[in-house]
Amino acid sequence: MTININRRSLLTGAGALTISVVLPGASARAAVFGAATRPELKPENLSTYITLNADGSCTAYWGKMDMGQGTDVGVSQMIAEELDLPIEKVTLMQGDTATSVNMGGASGSTGVQSGGKAMKSAAAEARYQLVELASKHLGVPADQLTVSNGVVSSKTDASKKVSYGDLIGGRYFDTQLTWNKQIGNALFVEGKGKPKAVSEYKVVGTSPPRRDVAEKVLGTADFISDIKVPGMVHARMVMPPVVGAEPVNVDEASVKDIPGVQIVRIKEFLAVAAPKEWDAIKASRQLKVTWSDVKPPFPEQKKLYEHIRNAKAIKRDDGKDVGNVDEAFKNAARIVEATYEWPFQSHAGMGPACAVVDYKPDGLSTVWTPTQKPHFGRDGVANALGLPQEKVRGIYAHGSGSYGRNDSGDAAAAAALVAKALGKPVRMQFMRAEGTGWDPKGPASVHTSRAAIDKDGNVTAWHFESKGFSRLDVNSNESEPAHTLAGQQAGVPLKFEAAFGAPEESYGFPAKRKAWEVVAPLVERSSPVRTSHLRDPVGPQIHFASESFIDELAFSLNMDPVEFRLKNLKDPRDLAVVKAAAEKAGWKPRTAARKEVRGDVLVGQGISFSQRSGSRCAIVAEVEINRSTGKVWGRKFTVGHECGIIINPQLLTQTIEGNIVQGTSRSLWEEAKFSQSTVTSVDWLSYPILDMTEAPEMIDVVLIDRKDLPPNGAGECSMRPIAAAIANAIYDATGVRQRQAPFTPERIKAGFV
Amino acid sequence: MATRIELNVDGKAHTIEADPDMPLLYALRDDLGLKNPRFGCGLAQCGACTVWINGEPVRSCITTVDSVGASKVTTLAGIGKDGKPHKLQEAYIAEQVPQCGYCLNGWLMTGAALLEHTPKPTDAQIRDAMAGIKCRCGTHVSILRAVKRASQA
Repeated sequence: MTININRRSLLTGAGALTISVVLPGASARAAVFGAATRPELKPENLSTYITLNADGSCTAYWGKMDMGQGTDVGVSQMIAEELDLPIEKVTLMQGDTATSVNMGGASGSTGVQSGGKAMKSAAAEARYQLVELASKHLGVPADQLTVSNGVVSSKTDASKKVSYGDLIGGRYFDTQLTWNKQIGNALFVEGKGKPKAVSEYKVVGTSPPRRDVAEKVLGTADFISDIKVPGMVHARMVMPPVVGAEPVNVDEASVKDIPGVQIVRIKEFLAVAAPKEWDAIKASRQLKVTWSDVKPPFPEQKKLYEHIRNAKAIKRDDGKDVGNVDEAFKNAARIVEATYEWPFQSHAGMGPACAVVDYKPDGLSTVWTPTQKPHFGRDGVANALGLPQEKVRGIYAHGSGSYGRNDSGDAAAAAALVAKALGKPVRMQFMRAEGTGWDPKGPASVHTSRAAIDKDGNVTAWHFESKGFSRLDVNSNESEPAHTLAGQQAGVPLKFEAAFGAPEESYGFPAKRKAWEVVAPLVERSSPVRTSHLRDPVGPQIHFASESFIDELAFSLNMDPVEFRLKNLKDPRDLAVVKAAAEKAGWKPRTAARKEVRGDVLVGQGISFSQRSGSRCAIVAEVEINRSTGKVWGRKFTVGHECGIIINPQLLTQTIEGNIVQGTSRSLWEEAKFSQSTVTSVDWLSYPILDMTEAPEMIDVVLIDRKDLPPNGAGECSMRPIAAAIANAIYDATGVRQRQAPFTPERIKAGFV
Repeated sequence: MATRIELNVDGKAHTIEADPDMPLLYALRDDLGLKNPRFGCGLAQCGACTVWINGEPVRSCITTVDSVGASKVTTLAGIGKDGKPHKLQEAYIAEQVPQCGYCLNGWLMTGAALLEHTPKPTDAQIRDAMAGIKCRCGTHVSILRAVKRASQA
């Protein structure tokens, strides 16, 4: 096509100028479209999100993050759909403050539901602009044009066509969007282009593969620990034996035999650095430190729940009552009540956190970090370096697992403190004991659930109370020193936010109260049990309690647990997942524990259900319990799952499978242990997780695709009901109710006696 | 004190200056710049650092560099044949196994060694062989699918 050649050569000569041009064989065009250089990275610019390359492919820039579940593929599908491009022609760039605006990073399973929504809207505007341009170019009204595979053509004359690449390829949209003035998760933009009708979808609902799998499997991918910068030193932390102790005396002579070792000490913060990694590790072990004498700050572990019960509530949220709760309890014929307990849990990533900071006091500094939030994390590092945000670039690098606010932000802040002190690029890596012992924890809590029953056996009221540590001793953003362990060690007090949560369900009891209370952190700052978000923050603990209680309630009314849920849940979407899971699992109705024995094992089946921020999940767990050891095997899980329209069924299924296994691990094994001095669960022996011999035989996932609903978050919903499904299955097998997690062999065996 | 140590890694001879008691992991990562053996625990509890020494999976985080001698060290980069990835790697890609992928080195090095000895492992044999490897993302059922797929390839 001569048009292409002419336009290409014109562009080459024209540079950034906007010029009028008449193309041979086509109508006059108003102007060469777009800008020659990428407009400023601002939320209101279309080019911030979508660009079209010379070959007609799209590069999109996303300010959220995928952490290994394929959210980026899902969002790429949404963009490809709106642009009528094959998925292979959409590349999604993420995790670089130089190329994307802050859309909140990975946060609360909002990647698709808010991040994807904004990108879809931007892509729809890009398509609108391209079709308008093609209309002028081809002399065909826009409503007479169709797009397929990135080529705009006349609906009536297929010879009239032009590709995206020819229209704008290599230049940048200079279109403005309407921006809602929010950054982070709430950022949204829209233009004149309206997204497609779902009935026209071709890419959404299919299962293109992940983009990062091959490079990870073949070993060619760079992880954070592989990043190297010229002149970089390796750093390691030196942690206090008693929480709160400060280094009183540091004996530099004790490490003088180690080549190039340097020591950085800022109040409680103590780190060593050396050019060789092994030397840094040796120095961290060899350094003689005299620590201040502080009183061990923790209660005895066995008194943890007693501490929570007795501690003063620093914040209470009564929720919003449904009906008259107090009246219903006053008039009750009987009351069913139970209490449940959940421990502190660790993120325990496969590798302890690592970060690299290239400090350039007079230029552009860079932090590489596997954080969920590279933009906020960059802000935190800029803060630690004492530089303005625009003088620091944040770049995501693959990390060792990410299930919330893990230790990554702490490593980045620590690297920044050392880099600033030494004036050198620093690679900070924690050791295992810091990764498991000192990462932010999911909070421990106590839950009390009560139900009022009338003389006819109807539930007239439900009252659910949680009391525990906040889920946000440290904010998950990492943007301030108070948000990071290093910042707190350097003297910044904890910036505590009291937050918990309540069950998400649609039980239609006439009266309901769902309240929570938060108690003060055990230590005011730099605590190894400071809390922050761990996958589905407070969801597992709350729904372990509420859904175990629903089972207890059903049995106390002589009803089958599935029948009870189907009778009392009111939202049709909730009913649909419960039915789906129960039917697929071959639910066996019962009104009491069945206590089935098969040789050496007790066999049980249990169900649980919950909503999460609009998504729904029901799980039927089938367990086998070894009668001599008390060990529980989650043999089979059947999952009913609904999260609105499904973008990528395969990756959704594998996301759910991952949650089932991690959730089973947390239910059966995981409990952060501590002495009165510090956390003592510091490796895989003292903080065991599920191993391959205990992996489920089968995870059967039933996906409900609601094409009439927007896509909703799916990263965490299936984490939520697992503990109760397992506890309810254990009850079915043994007749013994587990009201304290994790369900370790010792606790199970204790129930046999 | 640092001494001169010779290593044979993925068929290539290397000489480094290192403490004899330094774990092999740091020779591979820090001195040779290889990235697939990963630091997970330093305690031989997770498998992320696994390499083969004379074909047998070994935890490089607790193997001192001077104990290796003339043995042949193989990393993930060296388990393929004829310029092609190992069939277990191909199966992992087909099954879309990893989430974060940090643990993969341990699973692949251990799984590939299993398939060398036991080309058609049973489910129980796979589980037992992999019992000492950790995966925090919970991709265990995908891993089982991939090992079975590779054993049928």
